[in-house]
Amino acid sequence: MTELKTETVTINMGPQHPSTHGVFRLILTVDGETVVDVEPVVGYLHRNHEKIGEKNNWIQNTPFTDRLDYISPMSNEFAYVLAVEKLAEIEPPERAKYIRIIMVELNRIVNHMVAIGFLMNELGCFFTPMFYCLRWREMVVDMWEMTAGSRMMPNYFWIGGVAADLPPAFLPQCREFVDALPGFIDELERLITDNEIMQMRCKDVGVLPPDVAIAYGCTGPLLRASGVPYDIRRAEPYSIYDRFDFDIAVGTVGDVYDRYLVRIAEMRQSVRILEQALRDLPEGETSTPKKKKFVAPVGDVYHRIEAPKGELGFYLVSDGETSPYRYKIRAPSFVNLQALPYMCRGGKIADVVVVIGSIDLTMGEVDR
Amino acid sequence: MESIQGILEFVDQIFVNMSFWLSSQLANFLPEWGVTLVMMFATVLVLIFFGLGSIIWINVFERKVIGRFQDRYGPNRFGPWGLLQCVADMVKLLTKEDITPTQADRLVYNLAVIVPIVPTFLILAVLPFGRGMVAADLSIGFLYIVAVGSLGTIGIFMASWSSRNKYAMLSGLRTVAQMISYEIPMVLSVVGVLLLVGSLSMVSIVEAQSQWRLPFVVLQPLAFVLYFTAAIAEVNRSPFDLPEGESEIVAGYHIEYGGIKFAMFLLAEYINAFSICGIATTVFLGGWQGPILPSWAWFFIKAYFLYVVLIWLRGTLPRLRVDQLMNFAWKTLVPLALANLMITALVAKLVPHNSLVGAMAFLAANVVMIVGIALVKYPRWKREKREVVLVPRTATPQAKS
Repeated sequence: MTELKTETVTINMGPQHPSTHGVFRLILTVDGETVVDVEPVVGYLHRNHEKIGEKNNWIQNTPFTDRLDYISPMSNEFAYVLAVEKLAEIEPPERAKYIRIIMVELNRIVNHMVAIGFLMNELGCFFTPMFYCLRWREMVVDMWEMTAGSRMMPNYFWIGGVAADLPPAFLPQCREFVDALPGFIDELERLITDNEIMQMRCKDVGVLPPDVAIAYGCTGPLLRASGVPYDIRRAEPYSIYDRFDFDIAVGTVGDVYDRYLVRIAEMRQSVRILEQALRDLPEGETSTPKKKKFVAPVGDVYHRIEAPKGELGFYLVSDGETSPYRYKIRAPSFVNLQALPYMCRGGKIADVVVVIGSIDLTMGEVDR
Repeated sequence: MESIQGILEFVDQIFVNMSFWLSSQLANFLPEWGVTLVMMFATVLVLIFFGLGSIIWINVFERKVIGRFQDRYGPNRFGPWGLLQCVADMVKLLTKEDITPTQADRLVYNLAVIVPIVPTFLILAVLPFGRGMVAADLSIGFLYIVAVGSLGTIGIFMASWSSRNKYAMLSGLRTVAQMISYEIPMVLSVVGVLLLVGSLSMVSIVEAQSQWRLPFVVLQPLAFVLYFTAAIAEVNRSPFDLPEGESEIVAGYHIEYGGIKFAMFLLAEYINAFSICGIATTVFLGGWQGPILPSWAWFFIKAYFLYVVLIWLRGTLPRLRVDQLMNFAWKTLVPLALANLMITALVAKLVPHNSLVGAMAFLAANVVMIVGIALVKYPRWKREKREVVLVPRTATPQAKS
């Protein structure tokens, strides 16, 4: 029997497609339902972030980083503030360090909740797990509002500490949240993890072998799901991460299902870190004396943290002025996105959106 | 006691009596053929208005229930408890601009709107909504449902092909493949019941269940599950909503349709979903039979119960992929339906009909079959459970200062 000749069709997916996480465009070449090639097109949300960052002064840039990955503003601020502190050799007070860890780990939980919720949306389980997850995000966002005054763009981290001390109601509420969360994660797992259709759709889909993942420079849950135990909190502990016990979750196959499992496991680990941080939280100052005008010493610095999506790094160059000379961001979503065509080739159209969901993109960070 | 029974009987037969009253009134001034003609049109009108009217509240009902599943309220702004939400939506859709894409095949594109909606109303004609409440008791009832039901595929295919949109085209190909594949297990699963009844008429199927004194879901549990699964796929509902596949191919076949044309597709979909529940009720759940409450009430209670199950599935399950969908139809549902048919034929020969012993034999045969298949084909202990590896990171001891 001779092979039936079929023509490939080019399909434009996005930038207004419902499951491309914002304005992200894909040019798919498909043969029937099978994907032959994928070409991602980015830049629809380009806002000149890095150039504007050079115009802003050092302090103004902290709230500006909130606009990068708007799901996890605290992590962005953390990375930027740590980079500036490294450059200016500022040491924040102990209490501020702990508060920062609490905020960033809460942020990680929020990010993974949203990631899992959207992944299920893309699998076609419309909004049920999503709403369950958003309910818990809402609790964290409420805590942020209580502390920083804003739900999504907190502007809470300052160079040399945090903007304000925790309000009295924060700690009880946070403890309650941390105590209740593992129960919810179990509930979520009962709903999703053993679901037959979920397993059919996710296992062996979008497999990323470890060597390819490293070659593409992937980081975060994407890399760990491929079996590489690389977490900057462990590989190069920054701030006070060396004081906590936690496990790095590593996948075995590197498919979408592993990424989901890694995210679930990371939420549990975040709960562990939060418990330790809440236990050890010292009393004292929350910031070095605040200055209206901040001038960083001449020099350059690169600092990276393990953001929920991967390695988030800030490269800053100072020429001794009130604003940075160069403000460059290594955004995890952008780098992880490079592996998308590799993961999608040979799959079905339905797999493409699932793989996008498993990478966990935020277009604000990809396009900057 | 008798008066209560009289009232119950009156309520039960209220719609039938109304139609008798109408025809007797008409007979005063119309010839016999005229009465027949008018009554035919009246029945058709009632069915159409029932179909359209039920959408208004099925839509709100579904959105309310799915809202509850998703931890939110659902529509609650327009009308008491948001009951008029669908009216508001319809008004919005009606007032929207009617668009035909320039590249589309105009005739087919506009015709495709009507094609899927006609068979949905045709199916309602043979459903017995209550005792004596059937528009047309065809002797080929179930065959008619199958024949008419498959017409909907053509409408969807016309819509997707004429839109000249790549997403719509993909959806069209998926639809045809899916609907044709799932028709086979759907029909095969009901054949077992038809063997027991010996007739295709929907009314006889209901009456046969009163002779057995048990709904056929007890005798044919596997067939019921198979039928319901295949029927969900047949009407493109979650988890088999690939033709629409919102997250993949955006809206599928109705991507290029807007305003009232889109509403027509939506209408067809809701009525279809209701009619599969109605068919399942008639064939497997004993139709309109039930104690105390009027027969039509029982029909709707059972049908809406099944509808809630549909909504439940929609709120819980992710969607299958297209290749898995076809595998599921041909490798799981069709063999199971065939096995069920064989077992039913065998047991039907061996045991006495219309008796409890016979019913128990059927149930036992089904249980043996289900457990056997579960053990041989899908053993739980064989299923791999994947877990992540945890690499520990311990804290470095801090020098106490």
